[in-house]
Amino acid sequence: MTDMTAATPAKSPSASEARTRRRNASERRFRLMGLIAVAIGVLALVGLLVSIFANGASTFRQTYITLDIYLDPARLDKSGARDIEEISKVSTFGYAPLIEDSLAAAMAERGLTGIDADDAADLISGEEPAMLRRYVLNDPSQIGETVEFNLLASGRIDGYYKGRVTMASAELDRNVSPEQLMLADELKEAGILTTRFNWDFFTNPDASDTRPEAAGLGVAILGSLYMMLIVLVLSLPIGVAASIYLEEFAPRNRLTDLIEVNIANLAAVPSIVFGILGLAVFINFVGLPQSAPVVGGLVLTLMTLPTIIIATRAALKAVPPSIRDAALGVGASKMQAIFHHVVPLAMPGILTGTIIGLAQALGETAPLLLIGMVAFVREYPAGPPEGFFDPASALPVQVYNWTQRGDPAFFERASGAIIVLLVFLLFMNLIAIILRRRFERRW
Amino acid sequence: MNMLSDAAAEKALVKKMNEVNYKMVGKDVSVYYGEKRALFDVNLGVRNNTVTALIGPSGCGKSTFLRCLNRMNDTIQGAKVTGLLTLDSKDIYDPDIDVVELRARVGMVFQKPNPFPKSIYENVAYGPRIHGLARSKAELDQIVEASLQKAGLWSEVKDRLQESGTGLSGGQQQRLCIARAVAVSPEVILMDEPCSALDPIATARVEELIHELRANYSIVIVTHSMQQAARVSQRTAMFHLGNLVEEDDTDKMFTNPSDQRTQDYIMGRFG
Repeated sequence: MTDMTAATPAKSPSASEARTRRRNASERRFRLMGLIAVAIGVLALVGLLVSIFANGASTFRQTYITLDIYLDPARLDKSGARDIEEISKVSTFGYAPLIEDSLAAAMAERGLTGIDADDAADLISGEEPAMLRRYVLNDPSQIGETVEFNLLASGRIDGYYKGRVTMASAELDRNVSPEQLMLADELKEAGILTTRFNWDFFTNPDASDTRPEAAGLGVAILGSLYMMLIVLVLSLPIGVAASIYLEEFAPRNRLTDLIEVNIANLAAVPSIVFGILGLAVFINFVGLPQSAPVVGGLVLTLMTLPTIIIATRAALKAVPPSIRDAALGVGASKMQAIFHHVVPLAMPGILTGTIIGLAQALGETAPLLLIGMVAFVREYPAGPPEGFFDPASALPVQVYNWTQRGDPAFFERASGAIIVLLVFLLFMNLIAIILRRRFERRW
Repeated sequence: MNMLSDAAAEKALVKKMNEVNYKMVGKDVSVYYGEKRALFDVNLGVRNNTVTALIGPSGCGKSTFLRCLNRMNDTIQGAKVTGLLTLDSKDIYDPDIDVVELRARVGMVFQKPNPFPKSIYENVAYGPRIHGLARSKAELDQIVEASLQKAGLWSEVKDRLQESGTGLSGGQQQRLCIARAVAVSPEVILMDEPCSALDPIATARVEELIHELRANYSIVIVTHSMQQAARVSQRTAMFHLGNLVEEDDTDKMFTNPSDQRTQDYIMGRFG
């Protein structure tokens, strides 16, 4: 626009020099603004990642108490017949004393006193007697043996070693006392209490509000995996078939124009609307179970389809028409031309679109809340395909769930879950890049 | 058009064909792209074992006519072809005609070299494979070799048949496209400005090739180069604004054309 003001062609060298200077200056200004824009973006991303990692990285280390537990037959199997029916009558409460005794014995051995056995046992997660019971029911022959267990320390103790709980805060806390923290320190010195990598976070199901230490992503990861399987199996063939038909075969008329516009619109529909649709159609009308990955998968498929269709059509459009002509010219039918030449060339784009759609679906929360995936699920869904109909959770919903809870330990878990989610997304994008590299051809 | 004159026209056509040995004949061919008429009642024949050059200024309809001959216009939305086009006296727009089979008999080479982004071998083998022309791998190998020989490319690529066809030079790519067209043993080869993207040396090589191919095929070539038309063709047809101006022996066209427009175009006075 600055050029326009100099309507009369400047003849003098000084005028043209001034114009050159102005042109260069405006170019420099534009570059600077671009740099600033990029810097803001990078800064925001770094800030986000730093805050998530600062909060969540500690999730992957967990405090454990290692104890030798004598599986006392007198408590667990009074009849002595090793009858599974009889053994299973002993409830979780029957197992708690075993842990308590074993801890007391370990303390006595090392001369740790000054705290009563009940308070000492509170150092160990309330989840562990149930774990012990599952272990015994799984293998009753172990009764009478002494077995070494890594028991989860309670959330407050774990928090103490992550800086969340201090002596001062413990004074005010009903759930933990300074004496217990001191005992934990002594156990740590004795090598009984250790901090190690938290595999349980990936395998445990969700836990109740008072046991954040036992909460894990197992059910959520499995639920998300099931849903992704359903989305992939349904949306890839449907999306690709629809795009190929629309792009290559469908006549250009009002109807196809209308369909095209609606697909673009569908991609912009808020995801919660798909959730309402899923609730109305799949659960209320078809009668599929609530909280089931099959419903989540179907809803996410509907959401992903427009993304895949748009990406696939763009990829098909990008194949040069000369390739189609070449195939038709040697007498290939339209379908042969498309499937032998056009689709293989469009494959990188199709796969990239699909994986981006899947990644989007993996992180989607809102529609899942509506179809009941927000429920508290402790039971693992069965293996596929029956498992598709069992209640399950999903990764983003688990994040949402944990941020709603009171205990700050759950906030840590939520950040940890976000890291897991991000790693999955990163992994999927990596696959997309690798596939694109592999399939890429030049012409 | 009533039945009687239709039948009469048909008869006259057959008579003419028997006299001059036409491979393909277009009678009153008109093409419409939507509302726009691109070709006006063109009557033009393609003779056996003859190179027919179609010349004329840009947009005159010569490529449109060429694309009618193997029904490539079918792929363009809204294109409509009227009139009669025959191959060996059979109407190629007849509903009974399989367009895929027609294109196998009437091959095409395009303006820009467009090899498939596959190996040289696959480029040539693709056509024979989809048409089931080879019963064994050995037979297919033979077809590939023969086609590349005919296209004069064999000696240059025989050691790297598995390399990508897109890695060849422009001239080699165009000859690969010719080999690909030849591989399905067509009867007619259509060439749409096959040398416009090539340098003079590659052009000379392709023109030489067209000469050699004439022995076995009928060739129709669209070209913007008067010299090329004069060099490679025996018959030349001049198009202007969608009309066929005239068609005659190339020698006569370039020395003594009957139409003033042809004269002007060849002399470079317009176009």
